[in-house]
Amino acid sequence: MIASGDIKTGDRIVHKVFPPITRHTLALYCGASGDHNPIHVDLDFAKAAGFPDVFAHGMLVMACLGQALTDAVPPSKLRAFATRFVAMTQLGARLTCEGTVTELFTESGERRARLALTTRDERGEVKLDGSAVIAL
Amino acid sequence: MVDQSAVGRCFTPVTARVEPGRLRYFLNTLGEQNPVYRDADAARASGFAGTPVPPTYLFCLEMMDVDDPFEMFTALDIDLARVLHGEQSFVYHAPVLVGDTLTFRPSVTSVAEKKGGAMTLIGIRCTVTNQDGVHVADTARTIVVRNEVAS
Repeated sequence: MIASGDIKTGDRIVHKVFPPITRHTLALYCGASGDHNPIHVDLDFAKAAGFPDVFAHGMLVMACLGQALTDAVPPSKLRAFATRFVAMTQLGARLTCEGTVTELFTESGERRARLALTTRDERGEVKLDGSAVIAL
Repeated sequence: MVDQSAVGRCFTPVTARVEPGRLRYFLNTLGEQNPVYRDADAARASGFAGTPVPPTYLFCLEMMDVDDPFEMFTALDIDLARVLHGEQSFVYHAPVLVGDTLTFRPSVTSVAEKKGGAMTLIGIRCTVTNQDGVHVADTARTIVVRNEVAS
């Protein structure tokens, strides 16, 4: 957990590496999330839609980033969390999630920090970029 | 193709209950080990009145309990195979806990053509309230539709 009092701009406070994404994970995530878009589990459907294979749900990747975030910041301190899905996450991707403090400010009478967040695969390709606002 | 007439369109509100078994399945799928999401004592020690849900789980609750998960795509005449998720955001106003019953109210906030009509970006916002009428969160997403462009 972060020591909220002495956090400063530039600090990297989020860092977590995840195991490779498997077809099994994608199948489980369909049921776990209620997102049954077949493009994530049905190879025939994915090919017919013009993709070489199934690929990860963006929200699965965002869930990993959320996990990395709340490993570092207590969930009660999280005020906002946003991501842009920059590139598709392929099977086998080993994701690394990172977050750095970019701004300290006061809002709604509370000291807060803004974090810049990224999720990259093992080749360093950015899959998600995002931000979060946390209370200090 | 989706046009500006879709802006302001509301969809059927979704009522979702935060069930512990389904939450556990989600945590297991993600390999989430943080005790705050699994253990009521750890959750209380972290300042919650009950067990909270992970940051992206609101999106799942809405999808799991909607009568027709693809109502929006059907209503807007969008082919599911052409849909990608472009952006997602959450603003948290109050805790969401196991046992809560949430109401999601989605509506279309923007429609924009990009890349000469090759894609359409659709903005959807959703307010989330709990069983006590507390406004617990706002979610927003951007859906990317890959259009068929005449060559």
